Amino acid sequence: MTSPGLEQILFISAALFFIGMYGFFTRRNLITMLMSIELILNSVNLNFIAFNKYVWPDKMDGLFFTLFIIAIAAAEAAVAIAIIINLYRSHQSVDVESAENLKY
Amino acid sequence: MSDFFLIMKQELAVTAIIFFLLIVKIAGKSKNVEWLPWIQLLLLLNFIGGFFFIQSGTLFADMYHTNGLLAFQKNILSLGVYLISLLCSDWLKKSEHLPEFFLLMCSSLLGMFLLISSGNLLMFYLSLELASIPVAAMANFDLHKKSASEGAMKLIFISAFASAVLLFGISLIYGATGTISFDSLAQVVTDNPLQILAFVFFFTAFTFKLSVVPFHLWTADVYEGAPIATTSYLSVISKGAVAFIFITVLYKVFAPLETVWYWMLVVLSVLTMLIGNLFALRQQNIKRFLAFSSIAQVGFILVAITGTGVDSMASVTYFILIYVFSNLAAFGVAAIISEKTGKENIDEYKGLYKTNPFLSWMLAIALFSLAGIPPTAGFFGKLFLLTAGSVKGNFWLILIAGLNMVISLFYYLKIVRAVFMDKNENPVEKVLVNGYAKMGLVICAAGIILAGLIGPLYDYIRELITIFF
Repeated sequence: MTSPGLEQILFISAALFFIGMYGFFTRRNLITMLMSIELILNSVNLNFIAFNKYVWPDKMDGLFFTLFIIAIAAAEAAVAIAIIINLYRSHQSVDVESAENLKY
Repeated sequence: MSDFFLIMKQELAVTAIIFFLLIVKIAGKSKNVEWLPWIQLLLLLNFIGGFFFIQSGTLFADMYHTNGLLAFQKNILSLGVYLISLLCSDWLKKSEHLPEFFLLMCSSLLGMFLLISSGNLLMFYLSLELASIPVAAMANFDLHKKSASEGAMKLIFISAFASAVLLFGISLIYGATGTISFDSLAQVVTDNPLQILAFVFFFTAFTFKLSVVPFHLWTADVYEGAPIATTSYLSVISKGAVAFIFITVLYKVFAPLETVWYWMLVVLSVLTMLIGNLFALRQQNIKRFLAFSSIAQVGFILVAITGTGVDSMASVTYFILIYVFSNLAAFGVAAIISEKTGKENIDEYKGLYKTNPFLSWMLAIALFSLAGIPPTAGFFGKLFLLTAGSVKGNFWLILIAGLNMVISLFYYLKIVRAVFMDKNENPVEKVLVNGYAKMGLVICAAGIILAGLIGPLYDYIRELITIFF
């Protein structure tokens, strides 16, 4: 069995990126939209790791970058979920369509 | 070792303020409101201290660098934060969680300091997140207001999405070049397709943060929903910091891709000015109006960025300095009136001059400066921006920018007319402006007038840039 190469991993990460983007634009549930963003971030992580392993094995920037991205994504998700909970309290819903007071 | 403290002096000062606020929050038994003058004093000291003992240098293996120019840009941001703390003191006094608000604002300011000092994509990303995540919490500070939570939700999702796109760009840049340091990137960037793709992702994230037109839709909603202190922070400080680093990145790191980004900037600046102006024409809410006017102003900044080198940098830095004064004065008047009377509609401003001559004059000076009418500094700011944009001979762009200034003149003067000339049966009642807010407004007005008249200021900025850039 052959182990996957750079192309396969890049294909997966690009697919994840666009799945995440599609989800972000089409899903109406705020939690799902947040999950879509996490998908995009994970595709970036895959990218960094793959480039680090296959293209620049002597430059560890990619690996460190991934660690930081995971930490920051957690912080971002924490704030986003706090805001969503507050939105739920005032709107009784986590649907994007319910938050439509501000327009034009 | 003493070098370390001197080089990071401004960041350390903000960190000290953050720790002070934490202690106030944890240990303070008395009412939080009593701390407001002390916090304002600290912010003032932070601003003044920024002018002394400026030392250039790099730290952490080139991840962080600073020099006289960056120190000056950071001082502009500190000044803005100090003015916000003065102008919004009415709103801040009413808030139960005063230290938290400043905690978030100072964290975000620290992020912006590191952002304009960053010399590495990792540092750049981390500080961008530090600068933008607290702002989302600030936008939701009125927890019980429905529109505040909606605006904050839009802000956090857009900024998370933008940073995800930014990261995808950075990962491709890393894959193509193997380095994330600005200095070594500047030598290896070429216009091969992968790097152009990476650059487009990278550029897109910047346009989100600057609210350039195809990605501007969040701006007005967030500005309207958030408390005015947050709105003014977002529109002035956050935009200024991103504009500074945007220029540095374009001119230093992606200089080899100039043919690519030149036309992107031209198209985006025309769209931004035009759509910002046309939407500003039909706004009724003063915050939404200022949101679209700030979008249009970003369009003018982009015009200057299409130029080259020292002139563009100098004009943008100078313009941001003036923009801090003029936009904060406009937001300050809106904040005072909205806090005391709850009125945010432009129609309700009719006849303001009868009851509140001081506020009316301040609003008028601010709007004249934003529109770019000669005695105010805004005129010189716009003049230098358009001059810097014209060096490449693209006079169509300058013509369009000039026409847009005419459109913007119309809607700024419309408000001035409403305030001074229109009759109104029940105008805004007489508002008692407290001392801090009055001082803030006077500083802004003085800045608007003096920054234009003191010629050496622009020369000083230019000199800083020729030395350090």
